[in-house]
Amino acid sequence: MADLAAAPPRAQHGWSIGWGDAGPFLALAALVLIGFLINPDFLSANNIANVVTRSAFIGIIAIGATFVISSGGLDLSVGSMAAFITGVMILVMNWAAPSVGTAAIPLGMAVALVTGIACGLLNGTIVTIGRIEPFIATLGTMGIFRALITYMTDGGTVAIDRSLRDAYRPVYFGDVLGVPIPILVSLAVALVAAYVLYRTRYGRRCVAVGANEDVARYSGISVARVRTMAFVIQGACVAIAAICYVPRLGAATPTTGLLWELQVITAVVIGGTALRGGRGRVWGTVAGAVILEFIANLMVLSDFVSEYLVAAVQGVIIIIAMLIQRMSKR
Amino acid sequence: MSGASLALAPAGDTAEPVLRAEHLAKEFSGVRVLSDVSLDIRAGEIHAVIGENGAGKSTLMRLLSGYLKPSEGALFMDGAPVDFHAPADAQAAGIALVHQEILLADALTVTENIFIGREIARFGRLDERAMREAAAAQLAEIGCKVSPTALVRDISLANRQLVQIAKALLGTRRVVIFDEPTAVLTHDEVDPLLDIIVELKQRGVAILYISHRLDEVERLADRVTVLRDGRMVGTYDAQGLTPHRMASLMVGREFASLYPARQDPARLAGGDAAPALEIENAHVPGFVREVSLTLHKGEILGLAGMIGAGRTELFEGLLGLRPASFGAVRLHGELAAFRSPAHAAELGIGYLTEDRKGKGLLLEERLAPNLTLAALDRVHPAAGLDLAREAQLLDRAVASYDIRLRSREAKAGQLSGGNQQKLLLAKVMLNEPSVLIIDEPTRGIDIANKSQIYAFIHALVREGRSCIVISSEMQELIGLCDRILVMRAGRINGELAGEAMTESNVALCATSSATNENISGRTSDG
Repeated sequence: MADLAAAPPRAQHGWSIGWGDAGPFLALAALVLIGFLINPDFLSANNIANVVTRSAFIGIIAIGATFVISSGGLDLSVGSMAAFITGVMILVMNWAAPSVGTAAIPLGMAVALVTGIACGLLNGTIVTIGRIEPFIATLGTMGIFRALITYMTDGGTVAIDRSLRDAYRPVYFGDVLGVPIPILVSLAVALVAAYVLYRTRYGRRCVAVGANEDVARYSGISVARVRTMAFVIQGACVAIAAICYVPRLGAATPTTGLLWELQVITAVVIGGTALRGGRGRVWGTVAGAVILEFIANLMVLSDFVSEYLVAAVQGVIIIIAMLIQRMSKR
Repeated sequence: MSGASLALAPAGDTAEPVLRAEHLAKEFSGVRVLSDVSLDIRAGEIHAVIGENGAGKSTLMRLLSGYLKPSEGALFMDGAPVDFHAPADAQAAGIALVHQEILLADALTVTENIFIGREIARFGRLDERAMREAAAAQLAEIGCKVSPTALVRDISLANRQLVQIAKALLGTRRVVIFDEPTAVLTHDEVDPLLDIIVELKQRGVAILYISHRLDEVERLADRVTVLRDGRMVGTYDAQGLTPHRMASLMVGREFASLYPARQDPARLAGGDAAPALEIENAHVPGFVREVSLTLHKGEILGLAGMIGAGRTELFEGLLGLRPASFGAVRLHGELAAFRSPAHAAELGIGYLTEDRKGKGLLLEERLAPNLTLAALDRVHPAAGLDLAREAQLLDRAVASYDIRLRSREAKAGQLSGGNQQKLLLAKVMLNEPSVLIIDEPTRGIDIANKSQIYAFIHALVREGRSCIVISSEMQELIGLCDRILVMRAGRINGELAGEAMTESNVALCATSSATNENISGRTSDG
């Protein structure tokens, strides 16, 4: 596992090496350089740590999405699922806090994880047993999760109990040896994910199902099980992200996680994972998430472009990334 | 010999050939795949191009039809040099290419497919009627009876091939290049197609015919050009060129026989051997009715029949790939029911799909993951992948199945058809099946690979395995099998063994409602 961490962009999993693989990392390097030229503050340890910490949230969810997408699926519900999980978690913690005190936090985390896995299982079974296109199935659950969080908050907000706020704070704002905890968590998630995707039977099956469902079926692979599992992994990742970010969010609202699914898909695709399935790039996804956050940060630090145009620039980036992939294939 | 044959060729020597290629060569990033090929096609002749896979046939064909530009050499039409930048240029000059694969849009009608990209419009509005009438006329001309308004997904494979020909002929009728047009057709569908090609020739069309099936070449061709390893062996007058001689020219050595000798006469006795697989009263809704069969240990049992006779569906049903019911299934005498391909593999049944590109291999994936995909639990017992073991298994497969590759890191899609088939065989054999079901073992692969695959099948059977071979090539079944069952319309319509295994008997069983008894009656009459 050590070598996975040491040389993420290298194709030691035996995948072909090409622009599609190195692209996101080169783009990231270029972005860092441009950022430094525009504003030397950009490279300050503080700013970098800040940006990467913020990107960890989309990053963790996008790592899960890498499984779903490389298995040939798509999950549009991640944003509202994150809001829903956050809501459930805060409600559970607030309910338990008076009786058990800060022990409510691990309880909340466990509930969040179970909720995430259950949500993923729901998505997965609708897609596989219900045989409904992932796009449509998760469009449906996206609406359901969003409505549930709105109902739970009564259209307003559910804030985390005051007594828990300070105890929970370090999960997002704390650090180990100067490295913010969200960065450590997303690194750990990426390491595990890379191992699962590249070095386990499940990873092989996941990519095979995405590459050609028929070949997988004729090779004796249970396509439904593999697909469902990918959605479950996605759900777990959303839950982990939500757990990390509760201190920053502070509350669950009906607009929590709005449009995150688009950022997640963008991160996955600019990372080199094939949107039609059959190829997954965990470290590329991580780079993709960081790139997105860097761009937003750069636009805030510089005065050239209004920060209202962040989404537009991200849109341009995803199109450029796809064009590069297309051209490198020839 | 080639020089003389050129001079003797039937079409008048004075007439300028319609299409002439001189010293064509093609390089891809420094690798020469074709060098110094010169040939010409005359009006009213069928010029066949034969060669093994990788001999350069498809490169040549693409050069002639504008899909590729030659690195060296030149093309002439009616004696004037031409330069094609795109397939459309060649089309405009009157050269049509009929692809080997069916490239039609399933969800569109026959007419829409024929006119795709060159629709007739009046003032910007599609003139459906004009197109329908033109399509109908074109279809009628080649004797195709499908309705121009039928959806392509609703018509048979043979008719799709005809629609594709109609599409190619529309407007471009000076030179028609056929790239293995019969590869996807069954025996009965081939004849009408060959008749159409002969008719085109008689109307003065210049035809270039590329095929693996040497008997067809013998039947059709006026001249034959042989390619080997990207070079021209020569152009020969088809008169007196036997399939055997063609095969020798293609491979560059003499061929004894395509099929291995049956070394074990005891195996032929069949009847005494224990049953390996017994299927009783199989039903696959929509495909198979009341089929029972027994495969004996050490036997190669052939399954003949036309496409749609239910052969593939029977075994897909058996493996749990599609809904089916069985009176009883016994594997080595014990009752068995296979829930899924994985379960069947566990119990010792291996199935090689007929569709190696669509269902057999991940073309974009490297060889090792392809090899082990059906046996992941067996190859990698621990949670993590044992990549060293996998590499070892690939080495072994490459050696024992003679898979030719440029690099271990190549993708499956980069292998030739024959090597893909060998990889697929190696993949299925990783599960050590005792009963092997091979669907179309040699579809679209060249002679040398074919004969190797036949040898592998014999070797596997000698090891004590039993094998069912489904094939649309009757010669293959007759040469390879101990016994042949012929399916027709979802039922078994006859069983042939020994001397009774002839092409005419197989064809009779496959097409008529005749039963076994009156077939043997007929053969004794004749």
